[in-house]
Amino acid sequence: MKRSTLRENHISFWDRIHIDLPLLLGLLVLMGVGLVTIYSAGGQDMALIERQVVRLGIAIGVMVVLAQVPPMAFRRLSIYAYGAGILMLIAVLVFGDIGKGAQRWLDLGFIRFQPSEAMKLAVPMMVAWYISKFTLPPRLPQIIIGFMLVVIPTVLIAKQPDLGTSLLIASSGVFAIFLAGMSWRLITIVAGLGGAFLPIMWFFLMQDYQKQRVITFMNPESDPLGAGYHIIQSKIAIGSGGLEGKGWLQGTQSQLEFLPERHTDFIFAVFSEEFGLTGVLLLLAIYLFIIVRGLMLAVRAQNAYSKLLAGSITLTFFVYVFVNMGMVSGILPVVGVPLPLVSYGGTSMVTLLAGFGMLMGIGTQKRLLSR
Amino acid sequence: MPIKRQTIRDHTAEANLFARRAVIAGLVVFALLAMVVSNLYFLQIEHFEDYQTRSNGNRIKVLPIAPNRGLVYDRNGVLLAENRPVYSLEIIPEKVDNLEHTLIFLQALMGITDDEVEDFKQSLRGQRRFKPVALRTRLTEEEVARFSSRSHRFPGVSIEARLARYYPYKETLTHALGYVSKINKKDLQKIQEAGEEANYAATYDIGKLGIEKYHEDILHGEVGYQQVEVNSQGRIIRTLDVQPPTPGRDIVLNIDIRLQQAAQEALKDQRGTIIISSAHTGGILAMYSNPSYDPNLFVHGISSKNYSALLNSPDRPLINRATQGQYPPASTVKPLLGLLGLETDTVTPEYSITDTGQYRLPNVSHVWRDWRKWGHGEVNLSRAVEVSCDTYFYDLAFEMGIDKISDYMSEFGFGDYTGIDLYEESDANMPSRGWKRARFNQPWYIGDTIAVGIGQGYWTTTPIQLVHATNALVNYGARFVPQILQGYREADGTMQPEPLKFLRPIDIVNRDNWDVIQDAMYQVVNGEVGGARFAFANTPYISAGKTGTAQLFSVAQGEEYEAEKVDERLRDNAMYIGYAPYDKPEITVAVVLENAGGGSKNAAPMARLMMDAYFKLYQPELFADGQQTNGELSQ
Repeated sequence: MKRSTLRENHISFWDRIHIDLPLLLGLLVLMGVGLVTIYSAGGQDMALIERQVVRLGIAIGVMVVLAQVPPMAFRRLSIYAYGAGILMLIAVLVFGDIGKGAQRWLDLGFIRFQPSEAMKLAVPMMVAWYISKFTLPPRLPQIIIGFMLVVIPTVLIAKQPDLGTSLLIASSGVFAIFLAGMSWRLITIVAGLGGAFLPIMWFFLMQDYQKQRVITFMNPESDPLGAGYHIIQSKIAIGSGGLEGKGWLQGTQSQLEFLPERHTDFIFAVFSEEFGLTGVLLLLAIYLFIIVRGLMLAVRAQNAYSKLLAGSITLTFFVYVFVNMGMVSGILPVVGVPLPLVSYGGTSMVTLLAGFGMLMGIGTQKRLLSR
Repeated sequence: MPIKRQTIRDHTAEANLFARRAVIAGLVVFALLAMVVSNLYFLQIEHFEDYQTRSNGNRIKVLPIAPNRGLVYDRNGVLLAENRPVYSLEIIPEKVDNLEHTLIFLQALMGITDDEVEDFKQSLRGQRRFKPVALRTRLTEEEVARFSSRSHRFPGVSIEARLARYYPYKETLTHALGYVSKINKKDLQKIQEAGEEANYAATYDIGKLGIEKYHEDILHGEVGYQQVEVNSQGRIIRTLDVQPPTPGRDIVLNIDIRLQQAAQEALKDQRGTIIISSAHTGGILAMYSNPSYDPNLFVHGISSKNYSALLNSPDRPLINRATQGQYPPASTVKPLLGLLGLETDTVTPEYSITDTGQYRLPNVSHVWRDWRKWGHGEVNLSRAVEVSCDTYFYDLAFEMGIDKISDYMSEFGFGDYTGIDLYEESDANMPSRGWKRARFNQPWYIGDTIAVGIGQGYWTTTPIQLVHATNALVNYGARFVPQILQGYREADGTMQPEPLKFLRPIDIVNRDNWDVIQDAMYQVVNGEVGGARFAFANTPYISAGKTGTAQLFSVAQGEEYEAEKVDERLRDNAMYIGYAPYDKPEITVAVVLENAGGGSKNAAPMARLMMDAYFKLYQPELFADGQQTNGELSQ
């Protein structure tokens, strides 16, 4: 802390408010793309845009606030956040509200709360905290305990059922373990075990509707008016966009309502239809820029905990992108994962930007300490 | 030990390890994004056209537009079948704020019954909310006016018009013109077999009877299309392209509606039929079958009560007696049998017999009686036709035998379809040895031949066959199909006349024989003892003809026929065939009156009414100087 005062003159305004400018710009561009696309997908409904802008405002606020918190504070909080999260997940399964056929919400009387969203941050925090207590690379016992820390919330969330979120949480924890330096030999073994786990998941953990999604994904044309309808219409939207797209507000698949979930999970299909492959490549470039910037911040982070947390947040963001684009374009089964910062919707937006807030905190904090 | 490890933690090594892993992660991210891109390339570039087609297939729907059905006119341009708008009150549920209130107001305004509301709610179920649903169909003009003036108070409620067939002459023309009605499953199957599904995609009605059915292909027209953009619920967003339908062609019939009406008036309540045909073309000027019914009942779906009344009526109104009625031809075929006698040299015009009122065959106990108990005395062929002597023709038939008779009469078209442009036709029966063997497994008896000699026994004919045969006689063996259709109008307005359809002509041995027979028919009307001389007294034109009285009831040997004692339905049919003018025939007339009694007393006067009606219309000058006598004109 002493050193930081000495170097005060060399610290920029953005560093002082703990905001990483390149990352912020990337995120803002994405949000802009999101608003433009929601306007088209939502039938040019300004009320929809207004609500999304309000959410973005709140989420950005959360991001800025969290960026101010020193990483070490999060580190100390990790175990409590994780423990509270697990308790709440159990509470959801026991008392939770049912919405859209799944138990995801916990009603605390004054606020309705989705514990699985908080776990998207609490799990990588916990795993990073636990692994970083030891020297890297982690050894087998730590890896086993690390995996246990991931599997418990994953299974609880998959039971709700919410396959998309459990997938995101599992990957966030696994990324932390991977980045910590888990040996390639162990990775191979775990991958093998994971492969063996798939049938168990299919027979014991997955709900019928989830299985149906997988079957439909394998062969959407088998049920073109039922479960396969979403995927078929989505692929038609993307494919008919061609190289240049049909133009903003001109996408017939979306404007004429053939596409389901147009402004939420399937917004990528709307974007692809109206802006074509050209637009998609530009969008991917923005995502790639954000991911690369996140990894850079992680590499530069000062301690192991910060590195692991920052790396995990960044790679989980990528999982959003990959899974969403994959499912909308028909190379992955449909699991409910939004296109981050573009899809309409509040909860995941806040969690995502909270993560980026922590990432920015880590990125800017580091320089203050190391120089 | 772990504590110690922590104290000697190598931060640089850890940082390097993490950096390596981060780079690997970055590479994996890049590889996976490349996979996404290659999949998008596959969808958006390689398969762009497939998906573009499917996208257009989603949004663009082709809706058929029904062509307007061709109109039907009589030979003088009088409209016989037209297309009239029918109105229905329709509601688009989505556009109505409060459906219950709207229905209550409409009930009050339009007198809509609770049943109608119930039906409406029934059809509302499972229906898209933007699709109109009919609350009441076939509104009267008064109802249309009543709603229209208040329509602004009912958003989402509108009056929709559709064209439907209307037959202004109602029952006058039913059997010839027929009617259209809603396409049913059977019709649909026929349409599919003919590969016409696309053409009928929007069509509501199809010809079910008569000309409407027979000339469906001329009347229907070609379907049109409109290309529309629809959304995922099927709602039409906008019209992209329209290819208008080609309306059906208007047709003109040989029918003269005035003669048709004259036939209807003449028959009144009498069951029977009257046909007037053009002698030189076979064109049908009038064809009325009594009783008839209103074809408009069928256009909008006849109630089952009305339909079963028609179906079960003992008067059988659904039958077209002119083409489907099978009657013994009785004496109306005597001229043709006489012609065969002359052509086969069985008799000469001079050959005569002495009729005592009874005819016997050697070794046969049965006695065949003449209709005149005491006989006609000495009669040659001409006199036999004039007085309709039965005995002469018993003998003639016996001499010729059934084979010659059957063959020759078949040449005149008996026992076969005339091919008139109606599907409702029967072939009746021209008996032969082979027919009797096949039908009853019995040999042909001489008695059978003798009955055929006076147009009785197994011989039945349709009235249109009688007309057809009479035309053949008048035209010296030339035969053509009787046709109701005169032609149709092309899109550019030019008339396309229906060509005459010629049938195999009858071989003539000696034309004089034909003149002898025609003269004999002249004598029936104009001779001093002619059977129709009273009916045709003082006509300003000269006609020829033959009466007939068909027995439907066999009188036992030794008994006499007494009309009063016989059940009305078994009384004799009165018949007449004739043509006029005698020297240059223009029209042929056939009259069949069921259970009306004698032909000369009942059918002949009606035939005269028809001929009078024709000449009053087409040669009014004949009637200009008051009544002229036959004698004056013939000189």
